[in-house]
Amino acid sequence: MTLASTVLHEETVVLASVSTPPGGYVPPSIEEFFYDPLFGSGIFAVNRIVLMMLLMTGVLCLVFGLGFRRAQVVPRGLQNVLETGTEFVRTQIADEVIGKEHGRRFAPYLTALFFFIFAMNITAVIPGLNLPVNGLAALPLILAVITWGIYNYQGAKSQGLGPYIKGSLFPPGIPTPIYLLVTPIELVSTFILRPVTLFIRLLANMIAGHLILGLFFSASTYLFLGYQDGRWWTAFFGLGSFLGAIVFTFFEVLVSALQAYIFTLLTAVYLAGSLEPEH
Amino acid sequence: MSAVTGLLLAVEGGEAKNPLIPNANELFWGTICFAVFAGFMIKYVLPTAKKALDERTAGIEGKLAQAERDRDEAQQLLAQYREQLAEARTEAGRIRTEAQAQRAQIVEEARGEARTEAGRITEAATAQIASERQQVVTELRREVGGLAVQLASRIVGESLEDEARQRRTVERFLEGLEDAPAGSATDPVAVR
Repeated sequence: MTLASTVLHEETVVLASVSTPPGGYVPPSIEEFFYDPLFGSGIFAVNRIVLMMLLMTGVLCLVFGLGFRRAQVVPRGLQNVLETGTEFVRTQIADEVIGKEHGRRFAPYLTALFFFIFAMNITAVIPGLNLPVNGLAALPLILAVITWGIYNYQGAKSQGLGPYIKGSLFPPGIPTPIYLLVTPIELVSTFILRPVTLFIRLLANMIAGHLILGLFFSASTYLFLGYQDGRWWTAFFGLGSFLGAIVFTFFEVLVSALQAYIFTLLTAVYLAGSLEPEH
Repeated sequence: MSAVTGLLLAVEGGEAKNPLIPNANELFWGTICFAVFAGFMIKYVLPTAKKALDERTAGIEGKLAQAERDRDEAQQLLAQYREQLAEARTEAGRIRTEAQAQRAQIVEEARGEARTEAGRITEAATAQIASERQQVVTELRREVGGLAVQLASRIVGESLEDEARQRRTVERFLEGLEDAPAGSATDPVAVR
């Protein structure tokens, strides 16, 4: 992040030193994330985002379908690669956080969640798509709500609805007066903030990543075109900006995987909390 | 490009858009997409993967168990072979001892037999020698008697028709012979 802010700062300085050329530099804005329908209307309307969702879902199903079409006892090629991923989610997230006993029940959902989020993040750096689908509110919201529904349902199912809510709102082992303070915090935290933070963390990370990439690339273009106004030397700064764009493209790949991992991990943590009453 | 259109839209629309508010169509399609993918994974992909994984685990466990069994069997066989080897060594030792005992016995028996045989042969030889000697003595006595008489009659020139006298003379002569040493005993014969 320090690297990002330094580079951003540098760019701002560069931009400030260059007096506004005709036409001016237009930085990418939040408008990047809104697209008009291509066809259809209402909730069936299909725009560029929906096309990307459908494409990535198709790719995911195709890859996993092909990889495990004839699952071999001795894995080869694609199956090997995919198994590394599914095994990672199963052992490092499900078994590790929830425990082996209940972990295997939730491993399929967690695996689907992880790969779905990753696929919808990685579109940020896929040439031609160049936009994280999770940079739009829809998918993060849906996934956060599903996770919220599942862990609350599991809590009510495994502990009973009453004990689950009581255990969540009145954690045992606290002096009675403190509940005046703790219970409102727990209420907001467990039932409201958890899904909201899941939603916003993923969404904001992907928006920020996309804006940074957009900034670097548009700035590079702008600076490289400085010669048209007789300022050929802006191209040197354009080179720095382009380098930054390349670095942050790799950074976005990392962020895509990391955010998918964090979302999945937190889902597992919340599930683990619901399965066992708090001590 | 899109930055420019975005700006134009913003300028024209005049209202700021909130990135936290999802679009209804994206919610709808997003739900379908996740449902399809999650369903596909949970119903088909992961069970298939799990089956392969379980088979792999079972296979490895089976091979390990088989290896364990093989090792146990090999150790059992080794122990058995060692036992048999020890048995064979004991047996060989026993046979050797027995053979030595038998050899000693055979040698002893042979020696005894040889001794008996030697004694028997010696005895037979002694008996034969004795009998032959007796025979020779008898023969010799008779011939020497005849010869002596003949010699005596020739020397003395007298007829010894008288049986009694003749016999006495001979007896006397023979007694003298027997009393004389071996060398002189032959003298009467050598005189002839």
